[in-house]
Amino acid sequence: MRLLGFGLTGLVVLLALISLVLGPAAIGPAESLYALFTDTGTPLTLVMREIRLPRMVLALGIGASLGLSGAAMQGYLRNPLADPGLIGVSASAALGAVLAIQTGIAAHFAFGLPLCALAGAVVGVSLVMLLAGPRGSSLTLILAGIAISSLAAAFTSLVLNLSPNPFAANEIVFWMMGSLSDRSMSHVWLALPLMVVGWALLGSLGRSLDALTLGEDAAEAMGIGLRRVRWQVVLGTAAAVGAATAVAGAIGFVGLVVPHILRPLVGARPGALLWASALGGAAMLLASDVAVRVVLPSGDLKLGVVTALVGAPLFLHLIYRTRREMA
Amino acid sequence: MSLLRLSDISVTLRQRTVLERVSLEIGAGELVGLIGANGAGKTTLMRAALGLIPAQGDSSLAQMAPRARAKAAAWLPQAREVSWPVDVETLVTLGRIPHLGTGQPVGEMDRAAAERALDRMGLKELRARTVTRLSGGEQARVLIARVLAQETPLILADEPIAGLDPAHQISTMRIFRELAAEGHSVLVSIHDLGLAARHCTRLVLLGGHAKVADGVPRQVLTPDNLRDHFGICAHFEETAQGPIFQATEVVG
Repeated sequence: MRLLGFGLTGLVVLLALISLVLGPAAIGPAESLYALFTDTGTPLTLVMREIRLPRMVLALGIGASLGLSGAAMQGYLRNPLADPGLIGVSASAALGAVLAIQTGIAAHFAFGLPLCALAGAVVGVSLVMLLAGPRGSSLTLILAGIAISSLAAAFTSLVLNLSPNPFAANEIVFWMMGSLSDRSMSHVWLALPLMVVGWALLGSLGRSLDALTLGEDAAEAMGIGLRRVRWQVVLGTAAAVGAATAVAGAIGFVGLVVPHILRPLVGARPGALLWASALGGAAMLLASDVAVRVVLPSGDLKLGVVTALVGAPLFLHLIYRTRREMA
Repeated sequence: MSLLRLSDISVTLRQRTVLERVSLEIGAGELVGLIGANGAGKTTLMRAALGLIPAQGDSSLAQMAPRARAKAAAWLPQAREVSWPVDVETLVTLGRIPHLGTGQPVGEMDRAAAERALDRMGLKELRARTVTRLSGGEQARVLIARVLAQETPLILADEPIAGLDPAHQISTMRIFRELAAEGHSVLVSIHDLGLAARHCTRLVLLGGHAKVADGVPRQVLTPDNLRDHFGICAHFEETAQGPIFQATEVVG
């Protein structure tokens, strides 16, 4: 267990460093990192601090948010197929962003797009909680989440459908694929505080999720307040994933695949899986963002495309393994 | 000393009366068998006692704060849910959750309690096995061990011995009896009236949404009660090997 912790932390640190020293300018890693930490007065310091650092911090934070909320969602719903998008956060944040692009808010205000995406996430999650009721079962939460996700996706399609402006439609499609290029430190300051709130809410769920291994009835009888757990899961996921989607677009598969891969390594304990998935998610997103820049440095390969391209085969492998275990 | 006091518990679910004015008190050192036909309200009574479903009337457990209640009574639900493939020892140690403060790791005392529970249920050899890969009966024993690890004065168990082999049915009832002798109390719902008659110190019969009989097995398992509430007749005899109860025919 400790070995896994060191291994994952080491991996994240290594990938973060690679992410920092990677760029179109041919500059040595040592020189880049020196310019990051000490103001050399050259453009390199500016590049490091204003372009590469926010990109690395966002990849780390968003990956951790997706991994953590995926693990929390799977633990709460006791279903290995649950994913943070299940409660409608990603879809409604995407709708908010799409409306911002379509109406021109995104073009006229500096942070119009991420703020509209956040507003979309807030509205979506409030509707889900309203529909599911304060004390419903996890099933009503799933149903409400699916309903709101579908509705938000339908509205997004409607906006695309009726869009008179092909450029806006193009921009919407690209935004929805998810990306971390051209993000600034301001994006970090917008998203990071919310993500930290989400991490705090989700990170303290360990013991409750462990107890839920035995079912809702047994957990409640062991003194776990299910209502509180439910609020913590939903608000934590909404804050972390809502902020992530607002600044980076929809990035799929991380929240689904990472907890899946790491579960056997933590003895399947949902509490221990939380921090492991946070580290694993950060590693996966950093690696994908590095891959985006290495594979097609000139082209604009989208991050969400890479995570799905890597995630889907990993998922297929997991299905294969599960099938073999069941036989 | 009373470990559980229920007074006039009534439960209505979906406008259907399930229980009406059931009162029950359980003191220390009792193994109480809760019996009754399917749908008589055994599970509902236990869940209402724990405060897991809304009920009218008073329950000493339901009034407690959740954490205090979890230290006073352990609950073994009928559905044997194990959602993740954890190992046996980890699952049994989950029973210690009510005793751990926020962020407090599992300590020596908790490991010792889990160890005692594993030992009692004869699960030491299975400790490293994955629970979800065990047989149904073995899983049931692991879940009972989790309840024992909670080390509460009172245990409420919903059909704990259903699905166990005969030897483990008997040994589980013996373990409950030992716990009672140590001053704990156990309330079990049970369909095997033979085992109930042999091992329980007291039986409570539910029928027609109410408590119809409460006392030592001999007073409860009367021909009238068996006919009216189970629709059977039976042979019941005190022998040198203890009480022998065998249902014989369906009547009515």
